[in-house]
Amino acid sequence: MSVPHLWQRLRNEAVTTSRIHRPLLLVGCTLLIALPFLVGLGFGPAWVRVLDFVLLYILLALGLNIVVGFAGLLDLGYVAFFGVGAYVYALLASPHLTSHFPAIAALFPAGLHGPLWLLLPLGALVAGVFGILLGAPTLRLRGDYLAIVTLGFGEIIRIFLNNLYQPVNITNGAQGITQIDGLRVGPLALDRGLDLFGLRFSSLHLHYYLFLALAMLVVFISLRLQDSRIGRAWVAIREDEIAAKACGINTRNVKLAAFAMGASFGGIAGGLFAGFQEFVSPESFQLIDSIMILCMVVLGGMGHVPGVILGAVLLTVLPELFRFGAGPAQQWLFGRVVVEPEALRMLLFGLTLVVVMLLRPAGLWPEPRHRRELAQ
Amino acid sequence: MTPPLLEAVGISKRFGGVQALKAVSLTIREGEIYGLIGPNGAGKTTFFNVLTGLYPRDAGEVLFAGRPLPLGNPAAVNRAGVARTFQNIRLFAHMTALENVMVGRHGRTRAGMLGAVLRTATVRAEETAIRQRAEELLHYVGIGALAGSLAKHLSYGDQRRLEIARALATDPRLLALDEPAAGMNAAETAALGGIIRNLRDDGLAVLLIEHDVKLVMELCDRVAVLDYGEKLIEDIPGAVRRHPKVIEAYLGSAA
Repeated sequence: MSVPHLWQRLRNEAVTTSRIHRPLLLVGCTLLIALPFLVGLGFGPAWVRVLDFVLLYILLALGLNIVVGFAGLLDLGYVAFFGVGAYVYALLASPHLTSHFPAIAALFPAGLHGPLWLLLPLGALVAGVFGILLGAPTLRLRGDYLAIVTLGFGEIIRIFLNNLYQPVNITNGAQGITQIDGLRVGPLALDRGLDLFGLRFSSLHLHYYLFLALAMLVVFISLRLQDSRIGRAWVAIREDEIAAKACGINTRNVKLAAFAMGASFGGIAGGLFAGFQEFVSPESFQLIDSIMILCMVVLGGMGHVPGVILGAVLLTVLPELFRFGAGPAQQWLFGRVVVEPEALRMLLFGLTLVVVMLLRPAGLWPEPRHRRELAQ
Repeated sequence: MTPPLLEAVGISKRFGGVQALKAVSLTIREGEIYGLIGPNGAGKTTFFNVLTGLYPRDAGEVLFAGRPLPLGNPAAVNRAGVARTFQNIRLFAHMTALENVMVGRHGRTRAGMLGAVLRTATVRAEETAIRQRAEELLHYVGIGALAGSLAKHLSYGDQRRLEIARALATDPRLLALDEPAAGMNAAETAALGGIIRNLRDDGLAVLLIEHDVKLVMELCDRVAVLDYGEKLIEDIPGAVRRHPKVIEAYLGSAA
């Protein structure tokens, strides 16, 4: 297709989709761009950091949504793919390998400093392969049985990361990998910040924009996949696997595709996380993190992209709100701090989950047709 | 005489101590409606599930259009040209009627994940074709107006029609219907008979398992009777009806 032709098509699509929403779209985009500044001015840099994590969790939740929401395969070990992506980036952009393996040091005399454009797709690819490795032996399992196997898989990966430091030191064990290169986009090192148009873009701001771009890419991919031949096959498997087979769907391949695709989103998030923190350790990839991501998908509305995004936003922001807000709120109410904010935080968080699921069993923002369902 | 489309030879299936099928052989010809009847527990549905790949068989082969049917793999059986419906309706409940039929096109279309994301001209053309074909089929079975309804909200008779449309979407040469009239009232059954006749007239072969003997006798070109996992007889309906073994199987022996 010629370039002008393609451009024309994009224009047409943009026009038809935004005719009604154009003002809304414009406001939305401006808001997303201005958001880190608004949040930074209003609440301080700690909240810009929360914003960065919100975007990482959106990536993760949308990845898990492909497996759990679209294909209906309950995965309790999803954080393993996040870990795989993180370690791929960490190993290929830090002095760890070159300092432990003379052969690698000889190959890369200047040290291993993989560029972002290579490491992110590589992380996605490796995580995708791990997704298939998990998917292949569990093809016949569903529901709670699948959940238990995936839970085990998640733990296996974490324990491997924890113990692969002897006889050869690959992961540096529980101490994790340090001195990871920060994220660089071309010549721009995100952790240095940037002064532009008289504005100070801090490191947190710059990471926000990179994460935002990738989150939008993942949203786009999710929406396209959902409305496609493969997306329909995923939902068909979720609804009735035997009937799906009888419709000529090769359920093995289609399920593996879901595992691989979901895992690759996790791998991308992992690479970003490693470059953002400049440090990774197995501690970041525990069962509770898998459960948290699953909660985002379920609480938001399984299989519904905007709902899952909402779930990721709320479940990242709420614990922080409780953390920062519980102390002052008690001061105001009782004149002193009665319960430690840290202790209160998870209690309130759990309570929120229970209440939401009781009041809105299909999630806060379910697919419109499911909403119709529950109304009847 | 029309050539055979499907030849099942010596199909046997055992569940634990029960020999559900004992070397059942039968032949379905191009463009005929073939009825399979028998008392409850005779092995009709078991035969059906073996034929469509859902159950692994213990012995026997099936030739379909001259080639061995990949028994044991339902998706491959479907792509080989045998589509089925289910006795207890198995629709994708939370998809619309149209989407259900669109899923049926899966095995005959190609777009992969990359195509879905990039949405190239080829992929968009394929999607349009899938949608058009699905709409046609909904009209064919008489529920074109219900395209946007969730499958679970359709009436019982319409769900049966939708299952047929979804099966037809896979471009079968043989359509296997497992008790399609079960639970239908007289009007719905008559309408169903009309659809099945239309299918035959459009060149499709139909395998019909049915409890409604009247419907089978009216519709079918040939009928086989199963009892205790064995084929008693295979003939035109008039002859089957009068056969003493059949009368015995259904009514018990006179003695």
